[in-house]
Amino acid sequence: MTETSSSPVPASTLGTPRSFVARMDTGGRILLVLSIAAAFLVPMSNAWLPASSAFQIPTWVLSLLGKYLCYALLALALDLVWGFCGILSLGHGAFFALGGYAMGMYLMRQIGTRGVYGNAELPDFMVFLNWKELPWYWYGFEHFWFAMLMVLLVPGVLALVFGWFAFRSRVTGVYLSIITQALTYALLLAFFRNDMGFGGNNGLTDFKDIIGFDIQSDGVRRTLFASSALSLALGYVICRLLVTSKFGRVLVSIRDAESRARFLGYRVEHYKLLAFVVSAMMAGLAGALYVPQVGIINPSEFSPANSIEAVIWVAVGGRGTLYGAALGALVVNFAKSWFTGALPEVWLYLLGALFICTTLFLPRGIAGVVPRLFKRFDGGLVGLISGLWRRPKEDAR
Amino acid sequence: MRLTSPRGGVPRHGRRFLVILAVLFFQAALLLTAHPSRADEFSDGLPALAKGSYDDKIAAASALVATGDDRAGDVVKAFSAGNLYVRKSDGAIFVGRDGAPSGQALLTDPVSGQDLGAVSESDYEKIRVNNKVRRALDELAGGLALLGKDPAKRKAAAAGLFGTSDASQAGRLTTALEKEKDKGVAAAMRRSLASINIGDPDPAKRLAAVKELANSPDQQVRALLLSRLVETNGKPAEPDEEVRTLIDSTLSHINLTLQLWNIVGSLYQGLSLGAVLLLAAIGLAVTFGVMGVINMAHGEMIMLGAYSTFVVQQVIAAHAPWLFQWSLAIALPTAFLVSAIVGIVIERGIIRFLYGRPLETLLATWGVSLVLQQAVRSLFGPSNRAVVTPDFMQGAIETSVGITLTYNRLYIIAFAVVVLAALFMVLQRTPLGLQMRAVTQNRRMAAAMGIPTARVDAFTFGLGSGIAGLAGVALSQIDNVSPNLGQGYIVDSFMVVVFGGVGNLWGTVAGALSLGIVNKLLEPFAGAVLGKILVLVAIILFIQKRPRGLFALKGRSVEA
Repeated sequence: MTETSSSPVPASTLGTPRSFVARMDTGGRILLVLSIAAAFLVPMSNAWLPASSAFQIPTWVLSLLGKYLCYALLALALDLVWGFCGILSLGHGAFFALGGYAMGMYLMRQIGTRGVYGNAELPDFMVFLNWKELPWYWYGFEHFWFAMLMVLLVPGVLALVFGWFAFRSRVTGVYLSIITQALTYALLLAFFRNDMGFGGNNGLTDFKDIIGFDIQSDGVRRTLFASSALSLALGYVICRLLVTSKFGRVLVSIRDAESRARFLGYRVEHYKLLAFVVSAMMAGLAGALYVPQVGIINPSEFSPANSIEAVIWVAVGGRGTLYGAALGALVVNFAKSWFTGALPEVWLYLLGALFICTTLFLPRGIAGVVPRLFKRFDGGLVGLISGLWRRPKEDAR
Repeated sequence: MRLTSPRGGVPRHGRRFLVILAVLFFQAALLLTAHPSRADEFSDGLPALAKGSYDDKIAAASALVATGDDRAGDVVKAFSAGNLYVRKSDGAIFVGRDGAPSGQALLTDPVSGQDLGAVSESDYEKIRVNNKVRRALDELAGGLALLGKDPAKRKAAAAGLFGTSDASQAGRLTTALEKEKDKGVAAAMRRSLASINIGDPDPAKRLAAVKELANSPDQQVRALLLSRLVETNGKPAEPDEEVRTLIDSTLSHINLTLQLWNIVGSLYQGLSLGAVLLLAAIGLAVTFGVMGVINMAHGEMIMLGAYSTFVVQQVIAAHAPWLFQWSLAIALPTAFLVSAIVGIVIERGIIRFLYGRPLETLLATWGVSLVLQQAVRSLFGPSNRAVVTPDFMQGAIETSVGITLTYNRLYIIAFAVVVLAALFMVLQRTPLGLQMRAVTQNRRMAAAMGIPTARVDAFTFGLGSGIAGLAGVALSQIDNVSPNLGQGYIVDSFMVVVFGGVGNLWGTVAGALSLGIVNKLLEPFAGAVLGKILVLVAIILFIQKRPRGLFALKGRSVEA
């Protein structure tokens, strides 16, 4: 693999059998504690503290944070395949959007007769397009459990089929990146079509209820936030369990020397496939949590630019660390919200510079720099700066 | 005769003789240069329109039409519409227009075409017409076009009569046909005549008409023939069995021909799309195929080329308008240089630190593309910019079978071929090309032989980017010049290069053409968007089968 010598992530040591938490790295422990704490404390502050209090979190901030957490879950999913398996997927946005659409379809069915046309059976856009009956692939989405199943199954099956073809014929590296991009691009074009029955250009929106509760109410918002935070924690635990298991060791060996792993007798494509499918399902779950919090899902979520942006979250945070990916998603999206509000002209410059500078100067991301910073702090300010800017040795051609 | 001419304000009364003479002489000279020889006959015949009985007027109009002067058409039409005026003072004739304020008339001199503007109606008199005159005039107007001087107009007039229900046109067409010398116009007349004769009571004439129509197999003829087979109350429009059989066989012949031409048309469109894809991808074939650099900013290099064209045109329009027809020729080197220099800066500043790390290169160049897009958006604004197409690239060749070959597409196909040939020349015949190939094949050996590999890398990247700039000039003619221009091409370009086989220029050519043609052949069945999706899915599946593309490199360099 071309990635062999340059991979910035060291294979972590397989310690003696200890408890799961004890074997965790510091960053991971912080992420787990913070996300679980946030799942309870943030909704509590929103609900019980008076609006005048400095610690009271308004609902719109709650929703915004919830959105970030969904992104963090997506970044986590991406890090599982990119950081540990060397699969740079430029199409993870597609899994995210598919999960979102599955959730959106459930929410559309919950509107019932409250739509503009008041049709109990058909969503507004279908009435508008003169459709007479619900297409077969919308069946079952009136049930929450079915929709949640689809949130995981649809991205999972797509990843399974796509990955099975790709990994079996040993499409790797850049080629894989490009065809994943083609995949999400093809889906983008497909979902833009009105004939597809997913609302075309406008997507799915104007949601009313979720499992019988008003989607706009603060209580639902708080629940959604808590679910996002807990899902992030759960996703982290699953990924962490995967990568620290024997399975994870093989994944890392595939990342660093695919041919060698194959020659040792490992069925490389099976390992890759499992990682890819789990990752796609997590991305789908992130999308499903995202849609009710932002209130809309449309085909632009499939755009290749979105998927690449998710990659930069992982790169900025530090790939191959899991917690770094989540951190990167939070940092970059916070910056995005702030800049697009305050200095919209500057944001794209900044995002572009982020791509360039991260790859050139911070190949390990924040998660790679912060620990080094602490170590270097002994050397004073000069040491600190040189620690920041020094490129790792293996970067040389 | 000059005295009757209404050239604005010719003095006639109370002026000195010499002045009159001088002015008359000058104006006669003007008119003679403008309308040599015919001017007399036409302008002489005009006053007769206002004189005598209605029959005299008809005769005068016929005489006017018989001169074959193109200006007669407007006069006859205005006459028929009751819009022809005579000046009371001198009997000169004027053509009126609608929309004049009451008590006034908007007049034009039919001889010179000069607009008199609004004049008081009291000085003029409308020439009266009755229904008989109007009928005769309309007939004249119809025949006039068939007898005009311009073959293109005659042809258009003949084609306009196709399938007309007015059987009286048959006689006029026959007369015109006898006089017609131009073969193309005569064919159009015969065709229209046949389309009228197909409704003739005489079966022999109908049979001949069907035979004649079989010579021009197109949609119009097909529709006409089909209408002859339509049954009303169990009886087909065509009563004769023999004629019906002939129509049947002619129809199947026409259908086959039309289908064939449809495929040819799709192939041409596919070729045209293929040329566009080739232009967009060929620069990438150099940077990605030859150097192995994933340049996600490639689309933005195309965009820079398009904006260079825009800027060049703006500068020319402001400072040297006479050069405008050459603006594209000037834009080509400019766009090449702009994109090449930006490319070299990117290579020196970013990409060279990332060789051997393709995924990182991908991300970094994506960042570059975002910065370039935003930079262009800040400089030129987010909206589309208008790039003017020079005259020689406008228009189209219309063929009788319904295929339109637009000139700009033809030029782009030719341009793609030229760019490809030039690139091959550079790669095969120049020292730089030799060094590029050497560095590609074995970097360390090339370095050992004294080739400055770093400089060659920079120039190769500059070459690939410069070609993208050239593509931008071409695409500015058919696409919107906006900051997002490049985004639309990046996925397609990568598909072309990967499909064709990385590191092989012929593979890129084959990839571009086959993708273009397959896309266009699918379009009639699947629609544009679905066709595109199908092609994308097909490529994804194809890469599973042949991960290294259509024309894969073999040997050691594959693993490099």
